Amino acid sequence: MAFNLIGKDFTPHDVRPKVLGTGKYTEDFRKEGMCYMKMLLCPMPSANVTSFDASEALAMPGVLGILTADDVPAVEEPSYPMLTNKPRQLGMPIAAIAAETESIAADALEKIKVAYEPQPFVLDPLESLYPGGTNALESGNVTGGGEGPIHTVKWTARDFAEAGDEKLPMGAAPVEWNVGDVETAFAEAALIIDEPFVTASSTHQAMEPRSVLSYWENGKCYIHGSSQSQSWMMPGLARMMDVSLDNLVYIAEYCGGGFGAKASPYAVQGMTAFMAKKINRPVMLRVTRAEEYHLGGTRPGFQGQIKMGFDQTGKMTAADLYIVQSGGPNRGSGDYSAAAGAVALVYTPTNMRFRGAAVVTNKPWHVSQRGPGQNQIACIIEPLLDRAAKELGIDRIAIRDLNAPDADVIFTDRESTVTSMYLKDAFQMGSELFNWEEKKKLSGQRNGTKVIGVGVGSAYHSAGSNGFDGLISIRPDGKLYVHSGVGNLGTYSYAGTSRAAAEVLGCSWENTVVLNGDSRHGLPWTLAQFGSNSTFTNTRTNYAAGNKAKEMLQNLAAQEFGGAAEDYDVADEKVFAKADSAKAMTFAEAAQKAIELGGEWDGHEYPDNLNDVTKAAMSTVQGVGLVAAAKDEMPKEGSVPGMATGYCMIELDTETGKFEILEYHSVADCGTVMHPKGLEQQLRGGAVMGIGEAVLDRMVYDPQNGLCATVGLYQTKPPTILDVPSLMEMSAVNKPDPQNPFGVKGVGEPAMGCAASALLSAISDATGTYFNRTPVDPDMIINALAGQPQSFKPLQVNV
Amino acid sequence: MQKKFSSDRYDPLGSDRDALSRRHFIKGVIAAGTVAGAAGLMTSCSDGSDNSEGAPAAGSVERLVSINVNGNVRRVDVMPNETLAQTLRNKLSLTGTKLGCDRGSCGACTVMIDGVTQNSCSVLTHTVRDASVVTVEGVGGANGEIHPVQQAMIEELAPQCGYCTPGQVVSGVALLQRNPNPTREEVRQALAGNLCRCGAYNNYVNAIVKAAGSA
Repeated sequence: MAFNLIGKDFTPHDVRPKVLGTGKYTEDFRKEGMCYMKMLLCPMPSANVTSFDASEALAMPGVLGILTADDVPAVEEPSYPMLTNKPRQLGMPIAAIAAETESIAADALEKIKVAYEPQPFVLDPLESLYPGGTNALESGNVTGGGEGPIHTVKWTARDFAEAGDEKLPMGAAPVEWNVGDVETAFAEAALIIDEPFVTASSTHQAMEPRSVLSYWENGKCYIHGSSQSQSWMMPGLARMMDVSLDNLVYIAEYCGGGFGAKASPYAVQGMTAFMAKKINRPVMLRVTRAEEYHLGGTRPGFQGQIKMGFDQTGKMTAADLYIVQSGGPNRGSGDYSAAAGAVALVYTPTNMRFRGAAVVTNKPWHVSQRGPGQNQIACIIEPLLDRAAKELGIDRIAIRDLNAPDADVIFTDRESTVTSMYLKDAFQMGSELFNWEEKKKLSGQRNGTKVIGVGVGSAYHSAGSNGFDGLISIRPDGKLYVHSGVGNLGTYSYAGTSRAAAEVLGCSWENTVVLNGDSRHGLPWTLAQFGSNSTFTNTRTNYAAGNKAKEMLQNLAAQEFGGAAEDYDVADEKVFAKADSAKAMTFAEAAQKAIELGGEWDGHEYPDNLNDVTKAAMSTVQGVGLVAAAKDEMPKEGSVPGMATGYCMIELDTETGKFEILEYHSVADCGTVMHPKGLEQQLRGGAVMGIGEAVLDRMVYDPQNGLCATVGLYQTKPPTILDVPSLMEMSAVNKPDPQNPFGVKGVGEPAMGCAASALLSAISDATGTYFNRTPVDPDMIINALAGQPQSFKPLQVNV
Repeated sequence: MQKKFSSDRYDPLGSDRDALSRRHFIKGVIAAGTVAGAAGLMTSCSDGSDNSEGAPAAGSVERLVSINVNGNVRRVDVMPNETLAQTLRNKLSLTGTKLGCDRGSCGACTVMIDGVTQNSCSVLTHTVRDASVVTVEGVGGANGEIHPVQQAMIEELAPQCGYCTPGQVVSGVALLQRNPNPTREEVRQALAGNLCRCGAYNNYVNAIVKAAGSA
């Protein structure tokens, strides 16, 4: 199906301000009377504050006020506190001071007399599971990830003794599911691979720290935030500040990156707003880069064991996966469960068992990062698939293709289904574009100290949702206004999905205005901009709102000119009789008419099934023209699979362990391509971040004192331009998802996992070693090539 | 001290020159009479207004200086320990220059000083009194025209989140000033100090190469 706008390139309205430097991020705003806030952070991994005296600080000239745990809502473990006297993490905020200048606030912090009683702490989940091991929180050491209460789990000394150093101890699992019978399948398998693995906790490192500006005016709370999401932030922040949705203004037009760590309301936003309320001044909190490493979110690390059985053809007949997930002192995310789901879907093992434990530690706040769970596990499984292919004498893409799902796949104990699936098409296309058959002949070719490695990888993420609201207005200026509640993470999907409404109404892009980034525009309820979901979710909401507006225009014309609604059509910024184009009303005229009619025509009346956030937005929008708000009630069955494949060739120096990526291709299954340049960006950008995940990103801790060694960009360096190929090639299968009106679905997250796993596959190909760990650094490569043991044990973490 | 550098960028494989720059910067802060603690490196003034409510900390007495920014001589009160990034952002309202780390690691605050790119978070304002500073707001010329590098970045949809973009623009413009026809590899070297977590590197290179072709 050909579209006028969907599938074509365009220039989103925020690109120009970004390159001119005029786009305003939180720290760029100034407010009359603005003062600055600085936070007192806990200097050790776990402590109780035994005495606290801020009198000297408060007496300093220029100091305006202090905020302590007594001033903010208390939360129960394992929720993350805004301020606390029982910090359970290095860098957890204890108090904050506001002052006329940031220097004075910082000096005042030094004058606070605070005594800490150090508490036992734990950084390694396995230590917490050991009999008598420390619980990171008073309430326990294991959460249900996204679900279930926190509780205490200890394994037996025998569990650990039997495992030794080379295998994951596997005590009773808090979470477990089974499909089929893995034991019988292993007994019949032609090949079994059974390996322990570690994926390091890594941090999001968005370029913009999570600074906040907040002030109160006439009972309204204003928050300028750095966030991936817009409307999604509203209910949580309103609850946090105890204001109605009408009395919250949230401004986040630009966001300097989030990658999962700025998806939902976070503690420093509330802290700043509480301070602003307490001292009745606008308050700016500039979060520093070092503070970001404590407060900015960390991807959960895994310690695990994967046992896979294959038959002679390479079909995976059994997978037995155990993951111990390392979290912070908070509930954390369900990465480990998502990883199991990914194994079940991407490799379709006939029989599968998953066991998992999400363990809390005294490390920083852990939260989903791009491809939570799916990307970590791809880094482990994909190189091991190479090993299986090698041992069975099968081509490495062939083994992936053989195990790849079709659209009728049923996976996990929940018997999940998918809306569409073209992973096999992606492998076929990728192998042709990358010229796999020729490239793999270069594998192992030596040039002096250098050797060629060729790799392939894939990744999945559930990339779409439903049930959210669309809102558009047609105004007397003759233009279509699409109100987008999507955040501005830099994917341009807030704009790309808005084109769905224009597409439905046959409206030109030049006459379409996208309103986003400021709740005062009146923005509808939608999901956070996470999980690669915006593309699927919000083309549906804007399709729903666009169709509603079309129906309203047709009815309006029928009232005006007579006849039935279906006698009229909408295009080119007017509604007109199909039989007689002289019977026509322009958008401008229709908007004027709608305002005159009021009621359901201009947004004063609206459907009751809208979310409260959308209803609050209606009070802003009503009366501006013809207003159409609609909830997406179209059916949706199954997970929306964003799939991506990556192909890579490296030249690795066997003397230094360094390598150069000579070529990288990525082919995505993201349904119909919505925005070609946007897709290229996601596939390339995801690849860069994937390279980081594979070989660079990690958090390192001192086991004795629990201090963090990675609190600077130079200590856990994201890839620079010199770490990535000069050119990266991108393609998409471009076949529609039947459950989206335009056939589109998202792909931002698997774009990262497929690159990370393809690079690790290439490193294994060049070195003949399966590292079962991320990141793989040059030291590890040199040790492997020299036949030396690694400097850490297989399941050791925080190194 | 900026004039010691012959290249646009430190060599990321042998970062001695950058370390030197940072060391000189910190020495400069100490010489300026302030305590070399964290507080000395922070924003001390929101808008250049008189902060009479707060007693000046040691070393924080402001002095009126003139600096040439984007072709205009601007007179501004600066503290001895004030960084150029602070002056640009907080006193001259030039917020296009971003702070990503405030420690000379990320390149988001890149400006040109006498045509040479520098991390403005690691340059003391009083050291640039005789120099010409160009920020992202000034690369297009005095009349606010858009520079071909910026135009090409729009056409190539180069930025993602956009936070590192001003730094990428300045590095790209500085490169084309000294080398109007760079190879892709030369563009990569010129952008090596500008981190982009979104990973839009390929797109920035494409744009700068395109701008070189059209300039």
